[in-house]
This record gives sequence, C-alpha cells and structure tokens, in this order.
Amino acid sequence: MTKPAKRHALTTRLWHWSNLVAMVILFMSGLTISNAHRYLYWGDWGFEAKDAWLAVPRFPDWMTIPGYYSLAVARDWHILAAWLFALTLLFGWIAMLVNRHFKRDIATRREEWRPANIKADIAAHLRLDFDHGKGKYNFIQKLTYGLVLGVILPGMVLTGIAISPGMEPTFGWMVDLMGGRQSARSFHFIFAALVFGFFVIHVLLVILSGPIWQLRSMITGRDGR
Amino acid sequence: MKRRNFLVAAGAAFLAGCNKVAESAPGAKLLSAAESWHKAAHRFLSNREALAPEYPRSAISPYFRGNGSVDPTNGDYQAQAASDFANWRLEVRGLVETPLSLTLDNIRRLPQRTQVTRHDCVEGWSAIGEWTGPQLSLLLDAATLRPEARYIVFRCADELSGARYYESVDLIDAYHPQTIIAHRLNGEPLPIKNGAPLRMRIERQLGYKHAKYLTAIEAVASLEDLYGGKGGYWEDRGYQWYAGI
Repeated sequence: MTKPAKRHALTTRLWHWSNLVAMVILFMSGLTISNAHRYLYWGDWGFEAKDAWLAVPRFPDWMTIPGYYSLAVARDWHILAAWLFALTLLFGWIAMLVNRHFKRDIATRREEWRPANIKADIAAHLRLDFDHGKGKYNFIQKLTYGLVLGVILPGMVLTGIAISPGMEPTFGWMVDLMGGRQSARSFHFIFAALVFGFFVIHVLLVILSGPIWQLRSMITGRDGR
Repeated sequence: MKRRNFLVAAGAAFLAGCNKVAESAPGAKLLSAAESWHKAAHRFLSNREALAPEYPRSAISPYFRGNGSVDPTNGDYQAQAASDFANWRLEVRGLVETPLSLTLDNIRRLPQRTQVTRHDCVEGWSAIGEWTGPQLSLLLDAATLRPEARYIVFRCADELSGARYYESVDLIDAYHPQTIIAHRLNGEPLPIKNGAPLRMRIERQLGYKHAKYLTAIEAVASLEDLYGGKGGYWEDRGYQWYAGI
C-alpha cells in the first residue's frame, strides 16, 4: 500500500508539540492542585472525605509542578498553560477543518463501523500490525483521535471553565449540565486521567510501530521510511 | 528500573527548568499576565452585575466548613466573643468623604440581602450556605467614595501564622449586588469558625477573598503600601489577586 509522501502538515506538527508542552505543564501542576484537596464529589457541594466518591492518592513531589508542595505556584502554571492549551486546540481544529485533514483522515466512514471491519482492525492491532486500512489511519486510530480531539480535550477546557467561579454567572447552564460544580470538578479529573491514559498508549504504540520514523515525521513532516 | 530512573531524571530536569522560568523576571511577569488575561476574559464575557448562582434553602450543606482562622486568639478577639461582640465596631474609612463607625446593631438595621450561595475554596471543595447582611454598596454610598478610590480593602481581626489577615477587591466587585457584609449564616448569628461577627461575601471569587472577622472597610488608591503589597494575606503568599479562576 502506498502512503502519502508527506505525513503531517506543518499546522498539525505545530499543534502537536505545543499541545504536548501545555498538557505536561497542566497535568503536572494539576497533580499539585489535586494534592491540595484529594477528594472528588458529585453535585454542587462537598468538603469532607465522607461525602466523596473517590479519594485520589497523594502524588509525590517528583511528579508535580512545582517540585514541592505549593498550591499558589501550581495554580500560576495551570492558568498560564490553560491559555496555550485552549488557544492551540482551537487553532488545531480550525487548521484541520480548513486543510481537510479531519474529513480526509480522521472522520470515519460508514463501512468502517461494520463489525467485521472492527474485528479485523482489533486482530491486526493484536498482531502489532498498525499499518493497515485504506487511509492514513485505521479505524481504531480514527476513533481514538476523534474522541481525544473532539471530546476529551475540549472537555478539559469546558470543565475547567465550569469550575471557575468568575465564569459561572455566564456559564451557569454549563455547570448545571455537568451536574453541579463539584461534578464538573470530578469530570475535569476524569478527563485528565483519560488524557494520561491516551498519552501512555500513544507513546507505547509509537515505540512499537517505529519510534524513529514516527518522531521524524512529526518533526519534519516527512515520512522517512 | 533504568527507564524509570531516566524518567525521574527527565522529570527533575523539566521541573528545574520550570522553576528557573518562574523565578526569572520575564517568567514571573508572564505568570501574572496570565491571571490578568483570565480576569479580562471573565469581565468581557460577564456583565459586571451578573449574579453567581443562588440556590433554594433545600440545597444548603449540612454544616459550613471553617477554614484558615477558625478561632482567633490574638488581640482582644476572645474577650469580644465572650461579650457577644457588644462592643464590635465596623469602620468605613480611607478615601471617603464621611468616615463611618458602625455597631452591629447599626448594621442589622440596614436594608438586608439574603442569598443562598456556594462557597468555593481554592483547595477545591465547596459548601452552600444562606448569608444575610447589607450590601457593601450601601455603606460605600453612605460614606461617599472619593474619586481617587480604586480598591476596597477589608481589614480583619484575625492573625494567621502570626500575620494579620486582609483582603481587597476592585470597585466592580465592591459594588456587585451580591457583595454583602454577612452577619448571619443559615438564619443564625455567624459562628466564630465562619468569621463572627462580620465577614465579606464576594460571590464570584474563591473563598480566600471572603475576609472574616471584619473590622474595617477602607477605600484606597493603591494596594502597594499594605503589608506585602499584593492586596491580600494569601496574595502576599503567592496566590492570585483575581480569584475568579
């Protein structure tokens, strides 16, 4: 099967790496913020362990920004990187709609949803054969990228807005839709865990499928195979 | 194990880099600029009078958590508490035409606002309570702000780790309809752990803005000359002055 010679558009590559920087800062400063109050609740309020649906483990200093416990400094980093994250996500979406990367490579086609195709796709993944399917990406890749780009990353921004008290007079309907402020905070943490899960699988699959050419193509845009 | 060591080393290097950036002058400037961009975005998206959500009484939490100072021992606070705050005074002063000194009885006789609102702590938790008290705008109008006044400072009776608590807001939040001087919580006089006899409610910002044990309201042109110069006890310790994020 012939693959397009040019793997990744410049806009995709710019978004990918700036998003990585933003996500790492947000995640690591987020772990400090989690350490400030390690309980998650459903509904509008919650302030003690007995009301919580989850007690989050305490994260050690080497995982957090800053590398010692400071909620004030962590919040500084978090609200700075939030801008980079949200604005580059918007930029990435506009770029991939304009250059048709989304429609061409990520949007799934109806025939791909047939059980036989999904089964074959899973079987191929289990054989560590990732280079299959008609387009640039196979079905599971499309589905994953679609969920991450379309649901989880925007979900991080929206749940982040929802837990900001200064935004609530305007976006109160969104907080209600999420089931209240503490529910919105729970979803913010759940989405963050999903992003981390994606990050681990993504890096693992890059390593399994040829880390050198994958990295080169995401840096230079050329498929060096 | 080797890979883990590598990850820890890479993480440490990244953290060291982050600390370098945060400690450099442009880095610190960028971090505080991000706060003002959020404030500008919030102010742009919301009407200056837009209200924080108000809940039915049935939504009130079983009790209201106290945080920070919960039983001040400095000064004459304990004696004041023993006498049921009979001699408590709230001063309105600074850049005003007519300074005021009000007793609790004076404050209770003013027109009151009662609101069931949610309190969000910077740590992450929330509690809902019903607050009653006069709007701050009423007192500011009675004292008449001078045109140079840009911030309202809240002076407090309590000390936390040996330093006096204080807070400040700009005139937009000072004149917001839900900004009240609360003396009742859930229909009862304010408990000591929640700031008796008077505390601020700044409903569109995080809990540390809601100064407790309130002794004076002071109009100022600049925050630079007060304590650490950042406009609040926690702000002097690195927290954002705009706590709507």
